[in-house]
Amino acid sequence: MGYGNLVVSSSPHIRSEETVQRIMIDVIIALLPATAASVYFFGMRALAITLTGIIAAVAAEAAIQKIRNKPVTINDGSAVITGLLLALTLSPAMPLWMVAVGAVVAIGIGKQVYGGLGSNPFNPALVGRAFLVVTFPVHMTTWVSPVDGVTSATPLGLLKMEGIKTGYMELFIGNVGGSLGETSALLLILGGLYLLYRGIIDWRIPAFYLGTVAVMTMVLGGDPIFHLFSGGLMLGAFFMATDMVTTPVTKMGKIIFGVGAGILVVIIRLYGGYPEGVLFSILLMNTFTPIIEKYTRPKIYGEVKR
Amino acid sequence: MPMNLLTFKGGVHPPQNKHRTEGMPLNKAKVPGLIVIPLQQHIGAPCEPIVNVGEEVKLGQKIGEPKGFVSAPVHSSVSGKVAAIEKRVHPGGGMVMSVVIESDGLDTIDESIKPQGKLEDLTADQIKNIMRQAGLVGMGGATFPAQVKFSPPPDKKIDTIILNGAECEPYLTSDHRLMVEKSEDVVNGIKAMMKAVNVDKGYIAIEENKPDAIKAVTQAAKGEENIKVVTLRAKYPQGAEKQLIKACTGREVPSGGLPMDSGVIVNNVGTAAALACAIETGMPLVERIVTITGSGIKEPQNLLVRIGTPFADVIEQCGGLEENIGKIIQGGPMMGIAQYTIEVPVIKGTSGILILKEEDLGLTPELPCIKCGKCVDACPIGLMPTKLDGFASKGMRREAEEYNAVDCIECGSCSFVCPAKRPLVERIRLIKADILAERRKAKQA
Ligand code: SF4
Ligand code: SF4
Repeated sequence: MGYGNLVVSSSPHIRSEETVQRIMIDVIIALLPATAASVYFFGMRALAITLTGIIAAVAAEAAIQKIRNKPVTINDGSAVITGLLLALTLSPAMPLWMVAVGAVVAIGIGKQVYGGLGSNPFNPALVGRAFLVVTFPVHMTTWVSPVDGVTSATPLGLLKMEGIKTGYMELFIGNVGGSLGETSALLLILGGLYLLYRGIIDWRIPAFYLGTVAVMTMVLGGDPIFHLFSGGLMLGAFFMATDMVTTPVTKMGKIIFGVGAGILVVIIRLYGGYPEGVLFSILLMNTFTPIIEKYTRPKIYGEVKR
Repeated sequence: MPMNLLTFKGGVHPPQNKHRTEGMPLNKAKVPGLIVIPLQQHIGAPCEPIVNVGEEVKLGQKIGEPKGFVSAPVHSSVSGKVAAIEKRVHPGGGMVMSVVIESDGLDTIDESIKPQGKLEDLTADQIKNIMRQAGLVGMGGATFPAQVKFSPPPDKKIDTIILNGAECEPYLTSDHRLMVEKSEDVVNGIKAMMKAVNVDKGYIAIEENKPDAIKAVTQAAKGEENIKVVTLRAKYPQGAEKQLIKACTGREVPSGGLPMDSGVIVNNVGTAAALACAIETGMPLVERIVTITGSGIKEPQNLLVRIGTPFADVIEQCGGLEENIGKIIQGGPMMGIAQYTIEVPVIKGTSGILILKEEDLGLTPELPCIKCGKCVDACPIGLMPTKLDGFASKGMRREAEEYNAVDCIECGSCSFVCPAKRPLVERIRLIKADILAERRKAKQA
């Protein structure tokens, strides 16, 4: 009667519709407004950098997987995100070949050496950026103003080096010097809210990350609003500190991660020699992820005290 | 209005898919010519056959005698002649000794079947004896012999009975219809159960998505001061024993323990109704409600089916199968068992026959874990399925044990939510079995 091909796999027999690919696509959608804004503020240069980052990341992923004789998984969308995120952290003045190098490093050293998606301890885009900061320090700290296109410092740099504070409204809208994606807090928050709404990210990391920065800056006599909306904090809080692979899976762990990263940002920004601390705050906390997970195991039902 | 919904931590919201059958009144299924009654339809020791090939049997006659304390007798669900006693495929998997009976179509009732008297006149021991004699088992699918639950060791003080009317498995509506149409039986059943262990606290717990059942049962329980009908949030696995106990009483069954360790006995509403029927008429468990549903069946229904009716006969009565059948499942989609043939019979634990088309199965290849944490949030026990999956894949038994693998209730919530489509519960089940086997060995040594 044609029952020959009944599937007899084990339960559950239904699966949710959520897939890795859907998650990645949602993240890309969430980044689009900020990406579009960077093109609006910085022109075609921004578009070229973004495309270079994405293409280089995807190509690197495919090439490495081919060479190592592994299935090519560029369809999952994760390499696109890595390339896009990296691009958004770069200066519009960055030479394109450097962007490509950063993307290749992000995928190669940040991800594939560990075995690919899911196995990397550090956020690949940040690994790429860290490499560029160390290798091309001048290019990584040369910013241009979106208003007149001439070299200018970032709001954080202005504050740190010259004690000049940029206005709140400019920070919020994004009309300031800085990397492609970190300028418009408004659009980054919008993207973050979309991810929260879609259940892709957990509110705990961004909330505790941003909250810690605000509270700590205030306690130390800084200006919390300025620090929240400047630099890569919003981009980091919603799109990098929430990277699933490199942050704790437990709820309590997410809180600790957020608080820890927040403390690090403030320390680096206020006391470090470097105006921005988001990059290293997240990379440093990534190293603690396994340990945080270990000590924040959820309480199990009916736990018997031993 | 939905205030005070009781629930638990974790869980998932699979699409319910109950709409096709939840409003359909119960129908009696046709009695087939050939009935196959497995001598084991419960957790515990199988029965010994007490009839011979060629012998005449009557409806309700005991044909299998339990061996051992944890066991339950089986009865003929028709009158007719024993055609064979042989191994047959069993919906629980494998081959099980079964009594095959050719029905004579007369349904002549066995002489032993007679009303057992009024509940007021029965003692606790008499009620427990009726449970045993009627072959009652947990009808939600667990099929644990009922009277064993009601015979706790003297040091376990039972103070609460919970009837499980959650029916949190998607698709299934058999308990739903039972509560709507036989609410009196459900209430009489819990009264008998409360009397059997002398407790004065009874809960009938129903998920919010069955307002008509809540209404009917509340109506039937009117005036019963000791019985509380409580509304649960519709969430899977709300009907799992431990989650139900937590929701109703706030208590947690200690890890590694049984419900009775927290003073509670949980039973399915179907078991309660079957007990009420066994007291009222003396008829043992020879019939049950089965939901036949899913995208792969032409006319879904809730049928009253004689135990031993092959799936094939039931399916035929529901208009037959659609094209491109992917899976035939006994029970619900979350915890049911996939079948490789429709020769298997309906048994005491068959709450549903779910037939899914190939395209519903969502069979996609497994991807690496992206550590999204969704499985951790979904686990109703508070386990970390992603970690356990890693340990199980690498055969790291010690670590899996450290991470409480044995506490897994195998609800499948983790596998359901996983965006990487990893077979989490499947692997956890295996390593759990490994750990338990090792513990048994250690005990014996
Ligand atoms: S680990 Fe076990 S108890 Fe937890 S969700 Fe998975 S199957 Fe259910
Ligand atoms: S749900 Fe799947 S992908 Fe997410 S953490 Fe669990 S195992 Fe990993």
